[in-house]
Amino acid sequence: MTQLTLPYDIEKIRADFPVLHEIHHDDVPLIYLDNAASSQKPLSVIDGLNTYYREYNANVHRGIHKLSEAATEAYEGARKKVQKFINAKSRREVIYTRGTTESINLVAQTWGRANLNNGDVVLSTVMEHHSNIVPWQMLSMEKGFSVKYIPTLEDGTLDFEAYKKLLADNNVKLVTVVHSSNVLGTINPVAEMAKLAHEYGAIILVDGAQSVPHMPVDVQALDVDFFAFSGHKMIGPTGIGVLYGKRALLDAMPPWMGGGDMISKVTLDGSTWNDLPYKFEAGTPSIAEAIGLGLAVDYLTSVGMENIHKHEQIMTEYALERLAEVPGVTVYGPSADKKGAVAAFSVEGIHAHDVAQLLDSHGIAVRAGHHCAMPLHDDVLQVPATSRASFYLYNTPQEIDSFIDALYQVKKTFAI
Amino acid sequence: MEDMYREIILDHARNQRNWGLLDQPNDLDHEEKNPLCGDRLRLTLRVDENNVITEVGWEGEGCAISQASASMFGEQILGMTLEDARQINKQQLLDNIGLTLTINRVKCALLALKVLVVGAYGQEGVEQWELIEDAEDD
Repeated sequence: MTQLTLPYDIEKIRADFPVLHEIHHDDVPLIYLDNAASSQKPLSVIDGLNTYYREYNANVHRGIHKLSEAATEAYEGARKKVQKFINAKSRREVIYTRGTTESINLVAQTWGRANLNNGDVVLSTVMEHHSNIVPWQMLSMEKGFSVKYIPTLEDGTLDFEAYKKLLADNNVKLVTVVHSSNVLGTINPVAEMAKLAHEYGAIILVDGAQSVPHMPVDVQALDVDFFAFSGHKMIGPTGIGVLYGKRALLDAMPPWMGGGDMISKVTLDGSTWNDLPYKFEAGTPSIAEAIGLGLAVDYLTSVGMENIHKHEQIMTEYALERLAEVPGVTVYGPSADKKGAVAAFSVEGIHAHDVAQLLDSHGIAVRAGHHCAMPLHDDVLQVPATSRASFYLYNTPQEIDSFIDALYQVKKTFAI
Repeated sequence: MEDMYREIILDHARNQRNWGLLDQPNDLDHEEKNPLCGDRLRLTLRVDENNVITEVGWEGEGCAISQASASMFGEQILGMTLEDARQINKQQLLDNIGLTLTINRVKCALLALKVLVVGAYGQEGVEQWELIEDAEDD
């Protein structure tokens, strides 16, 4: 049994997450190691959704009655919490979306459609999630620009020299990069990348789906132009996410979806657009979910993002150390000090899906497949699928011990 | 709740002071809308050589709160310099109304100030307005 010193009282945290205390199958407790896919929710978030629906469910903004006022207060209050959390200059730079995917598509369909043309290059990386590849490919088919990819080095970090060369050799308009890879775990140097992109007259979009939940993020310090993330990976509800954008860019961008709330004036001959952030928020938004996201931010802030990051570093380091002990296991990505809280691995002779299925029978939830990063698996790792254990603020070293024990059992089942 | 429509509000909303646009030439003519509820306010001003506001004329449409607020604000800025008028803060407008307004109604009361600040100071006014609007209520 392990004796690691953790930065906070883990049992106190675990008590706040009801699902962690559910029995997974008939007889085994749940060990939830699929946090990179979606995180569990604390009681405060669950209760917050419940309270909204039970006590002040109403549409926001136009209502003059008490319920609508309460809903508007909570909905806009959550926006301010998010603004503080990522240190955006203004609440107007915080646009609610359904999640990271929608945030990136918003940028593609507005800024991208208006600014990317034949001969331009969008520069991405081979470690992107599909959500930061496909929107650009779709638009490029229509607009004729090309999408190029920065390769990785042997250790799973980004090839920075190649990045410099790609910037120098191409008419790059946009660099679009994942902050923390959902497979390799690699934390990319986005501040340095932003600086360099700006020197070449390009702007930078960062996919923060795997970073905002796990470490302190300051969008002004990073000096990124767009930053996208999801609520459900940061102990908040599904159906809510954020696009942060620099004010000047957002002001100049045309709207995307048309409808209510995003207009200033509508006539039968044409319309004018509302101020930020509403210009990009057509239709009734995810009100309960936004309020829930605000509560998730409250919770994470109360634990402290520095603490959470520290806890996860301890967990990741320990997990990699233990995985290295298991014969036939290969772990992908850089060393623990350079990565987020994920460990993608393969077991020699056993397909990733079988590994995941058997781990599940031991109560351990991991993910198996290409993790929405097929190019990374096909071209870089050259395996069709990996299994992935990913950690969060409520996971314990004991859970990693159980995971490793179960992995030995899996090998035994396959007689390897 | 009838407090919301106390006598002074109804008086200003029904008998708006300085109602009607000033003829051209004037020194300021600007319109702003509140897209969330459809309030519209157009303000015209004349100022003397020291930038003191000598004449106010306005028109618009909207709820009693927005109309009363504009009427009281128009009276308030007469005789002030433009610079002094733009310093009138969110709380002073809310004090004119004398009510605790909820989040969706605050915009109604503040529209008069927005027209002046944005109309007289352009982009700088827009930035000032956003700071006013974002100011915490406490």
